[in-house]
Amino acid sequence: MSWSISAVAYIGATILFILCLGGLSNQETSRRGNLYGMIGMAIAVVATVFGIQVTPAGLPYILAAMLVGAAIGLYAARVVQMTQMPELVALMHSLVGLAAMLVGYANFIDPAVSTTLTPAENTIHEIEMYLGVLIGAITFSGSVIAFGKLSAKISGKPVLLPGRHLLNLAGLVVVLFCGYAFVTAHSVSGAMLPMIVMTIVALLFGVHMVMAIGGADMPVVVSMLNSYSGWAAAATGFMLNNDLLIVTGALVGSSGAILSYIMCNAMNRNFLSVIAGGFGTDSSAPAAGAGAVQPAGEVNPILAPEAAELLRDAKSVIIVPGYGMAVAQAQHTVYEITKVLRDKGVNVRFGIHPVAGRMPGHMNVLLAEAKVPYDIVFEMDELNDDFPDTDVAMVIGANDIVNPAAQDDPTSPIAGMPVLEVWKAKTSIVMKRSMASGYAGVDNPLFYKDNNRMLFGDAKKMLDEVLTALKA
Amino acid sequence: MSVLIGVPREVFPGEKRVATVPEVVEKLIKQGFRVAVEQGAGDAAQIADDAYRAAGAEIIADRAQLWAASDIVFKVRGPDSGEVALLREGGMLVSFIWPAQNPDLLKALAARKATVLAMDSVPRISRAQKLDALSSMANIGGYRAVIEAAHAFGRFFTGSITAAGKVPPAKVFVIGAGVAGLAAIGTASGLGAIVRANDTRPEVADQIKSLGGEYVPVDYVEEGSGVGGYAKVMSEGFQKAQREVFAKQAKDVDIIITTALIPGKPAPKLITEDMVKSMRQGSVIVDMAAEQGGNCELTVPGEIVVRHGVTIIGYKDLPSRLAKQASTLYATNLLRVIEDLVKTKSIDGDRIDVDMQDEVLRGTTVIDKGEVTWPPPPPKLSAAPPAAGAKPAVAAPPKPKGHGEPSGPMSGTKTAVLFGAGALVFLLIGRFAPPSFLAHFTVFVLACFIGYMVVWNVKPALHTPLMSVTNAVSSIIAIGALVQVAPDLTKISADLARPNEWIRWLSVGAIALATVNMFGGFAVTRRMLAMFRK
Repeated sequence: MSWSISAVAYIGATILFILCLGGLSNQETSRRGNLYGMIGMAIAVVATVFGIQVTPAGLPYILAAMLVGAAIGLYAARVVQMTQMPELVALMHSLVGLAAMLVGYANFIDPAVSTTLTPAENTIHEIEMYLGVLIGAITFSGSVIAFGKLSAKISGKPVLLPGRHLLNLAGLVVVLFCGYAFVTAHSVSGAMLPMIVMTIVALLFGVHMVMAIGGADMPVVVSMLNSYSGWAAAATGFMLNNDLLIVTGALVGSSGAILSYIMCNAMNRNFLSVIAGGFGTDSSAPAAGAGAVQPAGEVNPILAPEAAELLRDAKSVIIVPGYGMAVAQAQHTVYEITKVLRDKGVNVRFGIHPVAGRMPGHMNVLLAEAKVPYDIVFEMDELNDDFPDTDVAMVIGANDIVNPAAQDDPTSPIAGMPVLEVWKAKTSIVMKRSMASGYAGVDNPLFYKDNNRMLFGDAKKMLDEVLTALKA
Repeated sequence: MSVLIGVPREVFPGEKRVATVPEVVEKLIKQGFRVAVEQGAGDAAQIADDAYRAAGAEIIADRAQLWAASDIVFKVRGPDSGEVALLREGGMLVSFIWPAQNPDLLKALAARKATVLAMDSVPRISRAQKLDALSSMANIGGYRAVIEAAHAFGRFFTGSITAAGKVPPAKVFVIGAGVAGLAAIGTASGLGAIVRANDTRPEVADQIKSLGGEYVPVDYVEEGSGVGGYAKVMSEGFQKAQREVFAKQAKDVDIIITTALIPGKPAPKLITEDMVKSMRQGSVIVDMAAEQGGNCELTVPGEIVVRHGVTIIGYKDLPSRLAKQASTLYATNLLRVIEDLVKTKSIDGDRIDVDMQDEVLRGTTVIDKGEVTWPPPPPKLSAAPPAAGAKPAVAAPPKPKGHGEPSGPMSGTKTAVLFGAGALVFLLIGRFAPPSFLAHFTVFVLACFIGYMVVWNVKPALHTPLMSVTNAVSSIIAIGALVQVAPDLTKISADLARPNEWIRWLSVGAIALATVNMFGGFAVTRRMLAMFRK
């Protein structure tokens, strides 16, 4: 395959990738979008393998590596449960990061690369290489930690080292210094030490960064790492003078960046403050201030049959799922309840907060898995105005995203965060395991409202009981 | 020995309610109380003694014995003189008292060194709503008023066209949209009538509409909300305007239900004899204010009369006419009182000592160990007018600067600074970077913009598939490894010491890793997208 054919194949692949992302703009075209992505990827790989840059001697290696990778990948995709999606995605990000690191190192120890470059080009190339490995390393270790946190192998609580900002700053200085040493070194062996030091620092930085971020900020972290994996690919593209890598990396990078931005907006928080870490900790002062206006009153606990009674008598119901539903794997029962109610002519809808769950769109995927039709699943903005006309709002394992304090208590740590206004419904039912406060450590005045009922217990178990009562 | 709650049979003629029901007895016993019920106490409310017994209550046949044994007595109506004499010295009584109207009763109870909680004196604050027996009784009264009206009215409520001719819908006019009025509005519109309602407090207009009624305003500007969410006496000018509105409605409607009450004052006379005369033959007036003298000039409290062809119902015991329902709700209100007493440690073991610091209990208690504590200090804040009547104005505080606001253009200076900074960065890159880099850089910047445009359109519902597909796409990094596995080495001078094996195995590792992603990412996205269905 000639160089030109490869080049046009790359252009084709690029277009298909753009169409792939564009196709995801709605559910009807999304499946086709995914198909475009697969075709694009196939074209890109085939054009490279049979292109001028790969000699037939490499084919066995490539084939073997790809077979192993494909087998593992397909197996993982088949067995993963939908509630584990965030973990899987985080793990996959770490693979991209690690791959970027390996590619960078391979390129780095190859002396043949720099022979054709002018001094200025060589410097640029070295910087590109350095950046590629740096971003790859951060993505790798950060994603591994994120995976650990999401799969509860590591505590979800933010781990805050003393002077963590200083530590990060020191890391940055070391990275810059090594970068200078790396670029000015004359031989591969001379540049090896700064490269390795930088890699270690970058790995530690990735660990440190994600350790400091708590469970509920995970949507931001996951999408940020998604973005990083894109930038790593783009940096690799610069390093190898490969436009396909650059374009694809940039697409993925900006996609992840936008998602992070949307998530931060949904929590009314600054991106930097999320990354700098520690939600509950930084806000200890305002939380203490809020102590003066502790929501007073008492909760109205009910049992499953009463909840079923409320649902049965309702004309319209909005269900607000949260991470608790994912943890309890309750989505199927939720849909069973939805079906029973819809058969009775009750207008059942779902309200999804942008940061519900542990990754963007997490709830939608779970509901889709349970076969909930997507046209009764709405975003926060689409149905927030409908709560006053709603008879029952059922909150399943969510807390901060339905906290009225975000609107009426300016001293609350979550003040200004957009929330689902469930308290405006005639009755709200909150399903929770206990009265413990949500991730943000803020007490929720919703629980004490007169029109709120608490249904304590494991979401799955309680919903099963509600379902039994509804069918009876 | 735990505290014994005694429930005697109501002695007031015609009173059918009873102060507790078996379901509540069960809950009281769960709280650690003993309950004794007088034999036949629930008969008029269709609750058999056996039902109480099954719930765990003790049935006592002898009145005097019941009263003497009880630490706390639950009643509906205030006690008559005979009952006061039966109340144990220093005992506790919970019932309706109406202290303003019954000063003698108050004195008599005080003489018995009793502690008395008056269910009519529960403060009107939101925390106390669950023990507000006035509201729960008014709710029942409003419902029953419509039922009584329907009974006396000779026609359907719903309009319909039948084979036997057209039936016009009944028109109902409700005066006063308190709890009773609103219940009446809801019930009447539920029966299919055309419902209109008036209230001196304009903020209830929305509540009237929400129940299917039409708000009839009086065109005279005066705020009618008094302290505690009740109405107050209006000015002469307003009353004149109001009478005109009512006169007009009287000519038009079939049924008038009046619920206008002003605390501690006789009910305002709103429906004059002339208005009654102007109503159609067969019309009905239900005067829910009959107990306080009535809103209609012709009302005879406690009776049904027909005047000028209009049936005027002046029952004083509407809730009692729905005895079982009223008893259940009242009993639950009493249960809440007991719960509050337990929670504030007012009842602790055998000791009963009402916590007078608690706002709700303070307001409800009219006699504390023989000492008259009525009237209570005024409520700290008027809960109903503008604050609660109008929707609470909770504007979200403005977002902090610096982020948010995806819509709306940036300020001019901000844009200028941003563009300036951008220009500087590009200038620096252009100054130092070689041309080969710039070609790639152009591609990179444009790709970022394309990504930005494309991804903004992605629905939030598809964010997870988006992440997994971009993740799959980022395995394009495999290309970087592919080109390094086995490049054409013939063009490279042989004297370069290239660590071929190292490079190859690093690349093979990278290919394997990226392929996991490639296949796994696309497959899992496919699996997810296949689940989304209409």
